[in-house]
Amino acid sequence: MSDQKDLLRAPFELAYTYKRSNGPVMSKFFNGLGEQKILGTKSSTGKVFAPAAEFDPDTHESLSDMIEVGPSGTIESFSWIDNPQHHHLLKKPFAFALIKLDGADTSMLHLVANCNESDLNIGSRVTSSWSETQEQRITDIQFFTLET
Amino acid sequence: MSSEDTQKDYSESPINLEYQYTAGSATTRFLNQVKEGNIVGQSCPKCKAVYVPPRGSCPRCGVATDIEVPLTDKGCIESFTVVYIPIPGNPIVPPYVCAMIRLDGTNISFLHLIQEVDIEEIRIGMRIQAVWKPKEEWTYSLENIKWFAPIDEPDIDVTTLRFQES
Repeated sequence: MSDQKDLLRAPFELAYTYKRSNGPVMSKFFNGLGEQKILGTKSSTGKVFAPAAEFDPDTHESLSDMIEVGPSGTIESFSWIDNPQHHHLLKKPFAFALIKLDGADTSMLHLVANCNESDLNIGSRVTSSWSETQEQRITDIQFFTLET
Repeated sequence: MSSEDTQKDYSESPINLEYQYTAGSATTRFLNQVKEGNIVGQSCPKCKAVYVPPRGSCPRCGVATDIEVPLTDKGCIESFTVVYIPIPGNPIVPPYVCAMIRLDGTNISFLHLIQEVDIEEIRIGMRIQAVWKPKEEWTYSLENIKWFAPIDEPDIDVTTLRFQES
């Protein structure tokens, strides 16, 4: 048997080039992001889902009534990332946060940056900071920042 | 950005998985030989089956295959398929042929390319031989073999390649 140190090793990358169909509702949501708008969907009960949901989990109805929410909202929960790793989008400390956008009844997972951990609280007000180029992706919102 | 041509109904969502591959002792022995231009299989001490590339054990007997068996780079096509569909990231231009290659003296086949022949002429049992890259380019990979190409020898009846219990 070979000594452990003699074993061959090599970096290996497995890549899948997926392209994902967004469907009619999420297409509107992502295209809205391209216009710096955050769209939710409104149920017959008046509940607003943001980011847009295709179905109401309570009434099981299909949702298609788009309604603009945000661009500001309230932090419902957050997790501070002090040492971002190579796969994180931001290289400086930031928070993953559940943000309930103004006009919405559900919360959206996104990033909160340009602040210190001690500045953040549940209930803190944040507003969206848009990326320089819009690609109809969730990253069109670069992150949220504390409302001044 | 509100013009119609920026509207999309899809999202690019590639997935990249990064691994550190450790070959293990059997594959390390095999690849060290491949680096030198040699193909060395491993034989089961119990049933005598010869495996290439060796995985270090015999799936039939469940014992370690520590007997090394130097092999030729000649063999036959056990099975093949013509690939017409381009695969993203694959530099080989379709149509091309992938074949299960059975080297002489072995009891298992492995996947490689067939080139230097019209696709219509490729058939099961056809005799083939490895076409190696220039020696300077050899590394720890079966890609040292560019592909397999037909040789002027009579076809083999692949049903005779079935494993015979000794």
